[in-house]
Amino acid sequence: MSQWLLLGVNSVSLGGLLFLLSAGFSLIFGLMRIPNLTHGSFFMLGAYFGVTLLQLGWNFWLAALVAAVGIAAVGGVIERLLLRRLAGQELAQVLVTLGLSFMIADLCLMVWGGDPIPFDAPPGLRGALPIASIVFPTYRLVVVVIAVVIAAALWLLLERTRLGAMIRAGVDDEAMARVTGIRVSRIFTIVFCLGAAVAGFAGVIGGPILSVYPGLDGDMLPLALIVVILGGTGSLLGALLGSLIIGFLYNYGQVLFPELAYIILFLPMLLILLFRPQGLFGRHVP
Amino acid sequence: MSALAIKGLGKAFGGLRVTAGVDLTVAEGERRLIIGPNGAGKTTLFNLITGELRPDSGAIALFGRDITALPSRLRPHLGLARTYQIITLFPRESLLQNVTLSLLGRSPLRWNPFRRLDRQTALLAAARAALGRVGLEALAERPLAQTSYGERRRVEIAMALAQQPRLLLLDEPFAGLSVDERKEVHALLRSIPRDVTVVMIEHDMDVALELAERITLMHFGEVVVEGTRAEVVAHPRTREIYLGG
Amino acid sequence: MSRPAAVAAALLVLASVPLWVGNSYYVNIASQILIYAVFALALNVLVGYAGLVSLGHAGLFGIGSYALAWLLADGWGHLPAALAALLLILGASAVFAVLSLRATGIGFLMITLALGQILWGLAYRWISLTGGDNGINVNSRPAPFGVALDGATPFYYFTLILFLAAVGSMAVFVASPFGASLKGTRDQPRRMTALGYNVWLIRFLAFLFSGFWSGVAGLLFCYYNEFVSPNVLALGSSAEVLLMVISGGTGTLLGPIAGAALVVIMKNVASAYIERWNLVLGAIFVAIVIFMPEGLVPGSVRLWRWLWTGMRRAPARGGAR
Repeated sequence: MSQWLLLGVNSVSLGGLLFLLSAGFSLIFGLMRIPNLTHGSFFMLGAYFGVTLLQLGWNFWLAALVAAVGIAAVGGVIERLLLRRLAGQELAQVLVTLGLSFMIADLCLMVWGGDPIPFDAPPGLRGALPIASIVFPTYRLVVVVIAVVIAAALWLLLERTRLGAMIRAGVDDEAMARVTGIRVSRIFTIVFCLGAAVAGFAGVIGGPILSVYPGLDGDMLPLALIVVILGGTGSLLGALLGSLIIGFLYNYGQVLFPELAYIILFLPMLLILLFRPQGLFGRHVP
Repeated sequence: MSALAIKGLGKAFGGLRVTAGVDLTVAEGERRLIIGPNGAGKTTLFNLITGELRPDSGAIALFGRDITALPSRLRPHLGLARTYQIITLFPRESLLQNVTLSLLGRSPLRWNPFRRLDRQTALLAAARAALGRVGLEALAERPLAQTSYGERRRVEIAMALAQQPRLLLLDEPFAGLSVDERKEVHALLRSIPRDVTVVMIEHDMDVALELAERITLMHFGEVVVEGTRAEVVAHPRTREIYLGG
Repeated sequence: MSRPAAVAAALLVLASVPLWVGNSYYVNIASQILIYAVFALALNVLVGYAGLVSLGHAGLFGIGSYALAWLLADGWGHLPAALAALLLILGASAVFAVLSLRATGIGFLMITLALGQILWGLAYRWISLTGGDNGINVNSRPAPFGVALDGATPFYYFTLILFLAAVGSMAVFVASPFGASLKGTRDQPRRMTALGYNVWLIRFLAFLFSGFWSGVAGLLFCYYNEFVSPNVLALGSSAEVLLMVISGGTGTLLGPIAGAALVVIMKNVASAYIERWNLVLGAIFVAIVIFMPEGLVPGSVRLWRWLWTGMRRAPARGGAR
């Protein structure tokens, strides 16, 4: 019994990480109409930045924040210098992000080598927390809390600020947003940087759970893809629900059907594509 | 039996009703003109008839057969053809290939992956004939991208006629044409045989009135007035909505 | 040069490759180019003629490789194993098509990407079936009509025959009424529906055709390496073949072949000097998309003209100052 409950906590914490990864992915997709194939690279690059800072003796949370800022800068450069040149050519933009993802992966391999680099949770959060006779790993609970806080912040940003209203208008109808005089291009940059930052941050706080290794980008990107296909593009709620579904399927699947866990992960996506191609909360088919 | 019988047709986008309770009956062989200000729901009505849009309510019958739920792609095979207000031709292909695609659409040959299209002499001859009918035979090999607006309008009509329709929907066939081109298209439309029923949307009353036997006036998605040319022109609501504006 | 003469010359060159390259290493590279050319031609059916960009085609290619290797390891004969593998590919292509044709454009790309990743994950993690990272070894090549294909040269000719069959079938397909219908759905899907075409079914059949030849290329690749591993299905493989199609110029017969030759040669040359093929692949991708979206051959011509006129103008401007 307690084993299953523990698995549940692991599922929710993985779901939280996936949400941080895919919230930005989903917003970028909803707004710019492209799947950003460097999103997995942002996650991995964030983790590598973070682990480097940790090796220099930095505080964990400071390292995570600085890594997030660093990744936001990387995202900003990519958006301004490359994607901007191809405005309106969605296919070309996707192919550029694809090419960049290969370059980032190879550069990481050059800089950080081919071996996984494990890193520890911040001291004081490494132990376990007994709650009502069950012992929970403290750090995973913290990850859940962080994910909830960031989700709430993103929600407030989208629903309660002027910037959020502009983003929502852009997601609903790009043309309409243009007509109403919103500077769409600047919002593109802001959302791209924000999405990159959250993904990079997730890479660092996911580190103590997943560690960081070459190929982490390729492991995370498909997960972001399924989450967004499940939840619908541009929907925060969809990303949240999709992430939780995948988090649970991943953990329980690994225990119940170790060899087929990966397939089970994709099953809900296939069902959604067949019966509700716009996703659970999406407004239109991508 | 009427060529087209529409009953209580309704369609809304979000909260906006674009057609509401439209009834329309067109007899076989008739020439019907649909007029109305911008946003009256005329093109939406065409899109509903061809199945590009699904109605929220009501029914559509083509030559006595209910087609309300029939997939769009099957309707041309029942003799329905249309031209578009915004030209949607194949820009990379020649005029001949454009019309050939139109002919292929109703031929089982379209599924054939083995034979060479440029050796289908009967099909190509028919396509040339269709271009000849609109006076464009000499330009058959020219890429569409290198033709004038007026020529493309005529290609549209050639493609629709090549489908050998029984009911032809023309969406503003005179839009953007010069005076001379109008005359040519006018003569072309007059020459359409009587076994083809024609429903036409047109703003240009001068040219269109002469072609039409009956006129339907739409406004805000509803049919306001319907009758003969004289009746509709004389109707006070017409003056109020259309001519008065 | 007239068209038949050009074709004859090309055939002569292709048929004589083993005679003038001599070294079996280069003959093998020539075989690799032909195999990838078949793959690129297959993908081009979708990218170039249907306007559907797939990023999951390595999955179909890989299914061919894996099915063949697995059946051979299970003791099947070469011919039945190859035929069964092709059937499986058609089935997989049908499933891919049904799922991915729920969308077009970017949605299509994303779904094919996800499907390709599923297959990669399967190959990687369903160890009892696929051997995981270790892959599956193939112990023998077939000997059609008693001709053993073990050496580099016989295998080259075997590949050449299938390559020619692929080019021939593509040429016929593209010039056929069905090919014209497919191009119509690429340019004006809505109009095609209004003309009475079943756009979905046309795309579906094109997908099967594309999947079939991708699978054939996969079978050849399996025999070529006498080994199959999850790398075959990785996203990098899908990206590589897409790069071949795009760099050569989409929607033409020669483009993907030229692209395949270019990428295979570059990959072999690059790997001789540096370890980092993916870095090069990514950089080329970005450069081509930004500077030569129409493909390398037309793109180079344009770039050359631009440079040429730029050079001629520059001194004139300098003189004016």
